[in-house]
Amino acid sequence: MAYPEKYKYTKEHEWIEVAGNVGTVGITDYAQNSLGDIVFVDAPKIGSKVEKGAVFGSVESVKAVSDLYSPVTGTVTEVNEELHASPEKLNTEAHSAWIMKVELGDAAELGSLLSAADYEAFIAEETAK
Amino acid sequence: MRYLPKSDAERAEMLREIGASSIDDLFVTVPEEYRLTRDLKVPRQMGESEIVEHFKATAALNANGYSSFLGAGAYRHYRPVVIDSLVQRGEFLTSYTPYQAEITQGTLQAIFEFQTMICELTGMDIANASMYDGSTGAAEAVMMAVRITGRDGVLVARTVHPEYREVMHTYAQHQGHDAREVGYIAEGQPGAGRIDLAALEQAVTDQTACVLVQSPNFFGVMEDIPAIADIAHKKGALLIVSIAEAVSLGIVRPPVEADIVSMEAQSYGVALSYGGPYCGVLAAKEKYLRQMPGRLVGETKDTEGRRGFVLTLSTREQHIRREKATSNICTNQALVALMTTIFLTVYGKEGMRELALQNLAKAKYAADTLSAQGKLLFAKTPRFHEFVLETDEAPEALNARLLEKKIIGGLSLSKWYPELGNATLWCATELMTRAQIDAAAAAVAAALVSAAAR
Amino acid sequence: MATDKFVGTTRKVTAHLTQNENLSFEKSSPGKKGYKLAPLDVPEVEASALLDGAVRADVGALPELSEIEIIRHFTRLSTWNYAIDLGMYPLGSCTMKYNPRVNEFVSRLEGIAEAHPYQPESLSQGALGVVKLLQDCLIEITGMDAITLQPAAGAHGEFTGILLARAYHQSKGNARKHVIIPDSAHGTNPATAASCGYQVINLKSNAQGGVDVAALAQMVNEDTAALMLTNPSTIGVFENEIHKIADVLHDKGALLYMDGANMNALVGKTRPGDFGVDVMHLNLHKTFSTPHGGGGPGSGPVACKKILEPFLPSPVLAQGADGLLHWNYDRPESVGRVRMLYGNFGMFVRALAYILANGPDGLRQTTEDAVLNANYIRAKLQDVYELPYNTPSMHEVVFSDKRQTKNGVKTGDIAKRLIDYGFHPYTTSFPLIVPGALMIEPTESESREELDLFVDAMRQIAREVDENPEVVITAPHSTRISRLDETTAARKPVLRWKAPAASTPVEVDTPAKEW
Repeated sequence: MAYPEKYKYTKEHEWIEVAGNVGTVGITDYAQNSLGDIVFVDAPKIGSKVEKGAVFGSVESVKAVSDLYSPVTGTVTEVNEELHASPEKLNTEAHSAWIMKVELGDAAELGSLLSAADYEAFIAEETAK
Repeated sequence: MRYLPKSDAERAEMLREIGASSIDDLFVTVPEEYRLTRDLKVPRQMGESEIVEHFKATAALNANGYSSFLGAGAYRHYRPVVIDSLVQRGEFLTSYTPYQAEITQGTLQAIFEFQTMICELTGMDIANASMYDGSTGAAEAVMMAVRITGRDGVLVARTVHPEYREVMHTYAQHQGHDAREVGYIAEGQPGAGRIDLAALEQAVTDQTACVLVQSPNFFGVMEDIPAIADIAHKKGALLIVSIAEAVSLGIVRPPVEADIVSMEAQSYGVALSYGGPYCGVLAAKEKYLRQMPGRLVGETKDTEGRRGFVLTLSTREQHIRREKATSNICTNQALVALMTTIFLTVYGKEGMRELALQNLAKAKYAADTLSAQGKLLFAKTPRFHEFVLETDEAPEALNARLLEKKIIGGLSLSKWYPELGNATLWCATELMTRAQIDAAAAAVAAALVSAAAR
Repeated sequence: MATDKFVGTTRKVTAHLTQNENLSFEKSSPGKKGYKLAPLDVPEVEASALLDGAVRADVGALPELSEIEIIRHFTRLSTWNYAIDLGMYPLGSCTMKYNPRVNEFVSRLEGIAEAHPYQPESLSQGALGVVKLLQDCLIEITGMDAITLQPAAGAHGEFTGILLARAYHQSKGNARKHVIIPDSAHGTNPATAASCGYQVINLKSNAQGGVDVAALAQMVNEDTAALMLTNPSTIGVFENEIHKIADVLHDKGALLYMDGANMNALVGKTRPGDFGVDVMHLNLHKTFSTPHGGGGPGSGPVACKKILEPFLPSPVLAQGADGLLHWNYDRPESVGRVRMLYGNFGMFVRALAYILANGPDGLRQTTEDAVLNANYIRAKLQDVYELPYNTPSMHEVVFSDKRQTKNGVKTGDIAKRLIDYGFHPYTTSFPLIVPGALMIEPTESESREELDLFVDAMRQIAREVDENPEVVITAPHSTRISRLDETTAARKPVLRWKAPAASTPVEVDTPAKEW
């Protein structure tokens, strides 16, 4: 699957799409593929604060739990309720099934995130290990 | 040694094949100074007949042939013989946690039936595959409520079993919970023996995670669950109902207003066995599923579309989540849960009601008969099969006299409720006969007479 | 399975038919009874009057079945289980040894099974005598000074043990902050430390899979409450620098907690109390043969050194001047209760019967046979399965699937294939320090014949992996059901039966597929 150019990425395999002051966050295709069948998404509460690089939730497969790390600092304005009933969307539509929307606290943080090309290079390196 | 399936010649041959010259070659990693070079000082190896004799002699030193009116969280009910006959099948007795679903469907289906029955009886949506017992189950329920609400205030009724409260306290103190007790309504007032609702209402705040009550409570009295639920829920706190006498659910309205039910299912066909193993179980509203500790069995299908059962949602558990798990619990009480499942299958829909009704009737007769010789406390509040008797004579003296008549009287409450004076907690189940109750009443009366004569 | 590729010969088992059986609820019909109560000999009562209206109209969908149907129901279910009584159950770390029947018999003697926990102590001397003798034996076996039998299971014992450590440090004025746990540990260890309010510090294993003493020494400081160490470790290796480990901890005032899950490798050969352990738990359902029962009940006594004795859970057993045993509740420094009453007494009876059946010579021989069996398997399989750590094995041996993954076969597949050969699988994917682990613990209960059958099965599977991996990847082929859809089970949990209207239509199972 192609990694959309307009997204920014983290080394913990989250993507973020920014529109105005709001970032939409999900996990990458690489992440969903290594996790296997996702059975549950533990998303943050609306209104809660998230911090760049800190855990904001988790996703579960049958036999593993993986923490999710926020690409940015800010306040959660929306969570994708659909994932509660259909967590498999993270597997089937990784780059459109978003987990949360965040009102950005510091837009300057975006500068330190990876571009699609950088991220692809990063995972190529990971895979080669 | 008769449990070891090897001859010395075979051992020697195996060592040769491994390339070891003696068995001690295999223990070389144990530093020499720590190797035990003497026999352990434990009793010598016994023949099977000696072992049986040893334990028969042991059993003879316990109470035998007494009429016992003890309850207080451990109840003597009849245990249909099919229970022991079935649970001693090696396929149940000597298998382990059903991690390999293809060859443990028997255990898995039985647990699924158990979970279903517990839901039906408690009025909850989900139930786990069992906890250690009612006391640790209640403590786990409290921790669960704290996780769900994100609050740390815990209110516990003083009418909850004192030992449950102690256990809850041990668990809570290292979690930073603020656990407080709420008193009960004193003798002589309406609702005597129940949690004090006015005090509860005052104590519940927006920092209260949960209210924990027991019903029937430690005095055998039924709590007013809907009223307690209202008070808790108004402030966003959860209600946990602990049930120590599971047979009551055959006739008593289930605590459907509760958010979590923690039950001790020992009454469902589990031997008293001097205090364990018993069978705790947690049941809850479906929305709290992800915060439920312990194992869960779920229904699914195999690759051919056939129905089968598996352990599921194990990401909550310690072997995956480690320090972030919902609980450190690993082993549960599977075989005991199986006993309760068989018990409930034997009695079934009609039998559970009939059984509970008999308990109610026996306890009513016992309370009426025995209270002729003393004062029945909390007499006007509804109760199940336990009652509190207040006597002029101290419980120790009273019980000493009863023992001479081969009767074990009620449990003295002075240790936990000194304010109740000479109070004893009595229980009469379906196994108690009218003759035993009459004999106990006569002995109590005689005791009073001789006490008066002194 | 039409193929000319290699398919092993399953020497231990032959397919046989098992009965189909629906859920008890689906077999129920109104009016059938499996019980008969004695007639009521006291006046009948009106429930709604006595209970002030809090009466339930209906107890819900409990089944209604006759006795023969109940017997068949559970007997049929039982035949779907594998069990120690059927054969080797090499589930590493779980110690699936023989559960002697005399244990079951004596635990059901009336004066024992019917003993009420609150009956007077003068009428409980038999029960208290069991507690006393078992405590004495376990103290001698572990080399510790004091013990509590109250914890209900291993993890519950860990909780109790760490609470003791905490209370000890607290009594010195500082409860300390963290517990160090090797990355090879059972998941219960970190979960326990967290539930006792400690931060968990992960200790990476060294190249031999053991504790890196130098790394430990750097980590331990005045904030360290304890190290939780499984010895022998989860890869079945004795920590031969155990005395150094104890010294490193004790130098900083920290304690050594030993997870006694693997005590069956040590009984009669060495004692934790002698090699520096301060507190440990035992699993009576592992080392001392009480039945696993499909997942419990367990029993997790905690033994400790004198310095921790004041903090043991209340009550503790005591003996009066008159020789009578009693419970002592006057324990001001106690960590409190961890369970109501006194613990899983029924398990104490069984464990004691086991110790009496063995005596000192039998206990030692048992340990030696367990270690012999594990080493025999190691010797017979190490040319076909990868041995990630070459250190000598004690009671269990851990291989990895490194050679088999080249053919796309993982440890879980080999485990499933073992089922077709008539064995319960070993433990898969644990410990975490071994990727693709095959953790094999035969226990002392296996004869050479059974071990040889197991070795033969494992070798044939290895050959299948090389020549016909498909047959392994799709295993098991001989069971009532094939691999189950665990993903859907977790995504859309169905955790209870519901009456047909609300549930999927029920079809009678088709008989197990022949292959």
